[in-house]
Amino acid sequence: MAKIALTLVWIVVMGLTIAGCASTQKNILATQESQLRLRTIQSRVFETGDSQQVLRVTLATLQDLGFVIDKANESLGTISGTKRSGYTLRMTVSIRPKGDHQIIVRSNAQYNLATVEDPEPYQQFFAALSKALFLDAQGVE
Amino acid sequence: MLRSRCFKTSLGFLILWLILAACQTGIPKNALVLSHEAVETRQLQTRVFQTDDENFLLSAGAAVLQDSGFQLEDVESRLGVIVASRDRDVTDTGEVLLSLLLAFVGVPYPIAHKQKVLASLVTKPIGDKRTAVRITFQHMVWTADNQLIKNECLNQPEIFEEFFVKLSKSVFLVAQGI
Repeated sequence: MAKIALTLVWIVVMGLTIAGCASTQKNILATQESQLRLRTIQSRVFETGDSQQVLRVTLATLQDLGFVIDKANESLGTISGTKRSGYTLRMTVSIRPKGDHQIIVRSNAQYNLATVEDPEPYQQFFAALSKALFLDAQGVE
Repeated sequence: MLRSRCFKTSLGFLILWLILAACQTGIPKNALVLSHEAVETRQLQTRVFQTDDENFLLSAGAAVLQDSGFQLEDVESRLGVIVASRDRDVTDTGEVLLSLLLAFVGVPYPIAHKQKVLASLVTKPIGDKRTAVRITFQHMVWTADNQLIKNECLNQPEIFEEFFVKLSKSVFLVAQGI
């Protein structure tokens, strides 16, 4: 009888372990917001064709906001940085051309261990970037 | 009786509000807003050199970071970026003794054990054959049981003054092929 009970407990523990593993793996690509809404919140279009200038100004803006640059790649158009001010705020900015005269800038932020999905911080970031670029940021259509 | 019940209800709401406020872990309101000190900080972190050769300044900058014990983590010369870090054991005997003394009276005192300094150096052409060099530092400190006790920007003017004095020397040495 005790043996059966022990086997049952063992099966339950194994089941819970596997289930726990599966649920964390399922959450790897999960976000609170829809994919389209998140892209809209995190992206802006700038009226320029100069991607080199946009990347350089992005570097300067991140430094102005207190970030240390972690990585930058001109060919891929990506920059990552981290701000440490009692908390840890990581940010990745990527750019891609839209035609010859427009550039889409996409940024995504992670505050401590959570993805930032609130529109306001992104609005603040793009306001700072627009100011530095002397260009107005348009929403992505 | 009624006043006492009212007081208890208010107290209950206050405690609930405090608990909810403590649970709020979202991004701070001003984390991505340019601060009033942004321009001043930028000036502190930047020096202008009379050259349009970014690669030359990047080499000189990398050499200064290496002189100071930093390891280069990433370099993107086409954007004028160098990322470097330095790890150090910072255990201090005085701090260990203080911690032991405080432990006797039941006061916990975390001892700094390991620190990491991160640096990013960015060059930017600003016209008239001039290039700006900007460096930013961050500092993290852990205890022996890996608890993060410091996680901050370094903005002490002396650090930048010392770095740029070394960079000016390095620019001269690189120009001389040393």
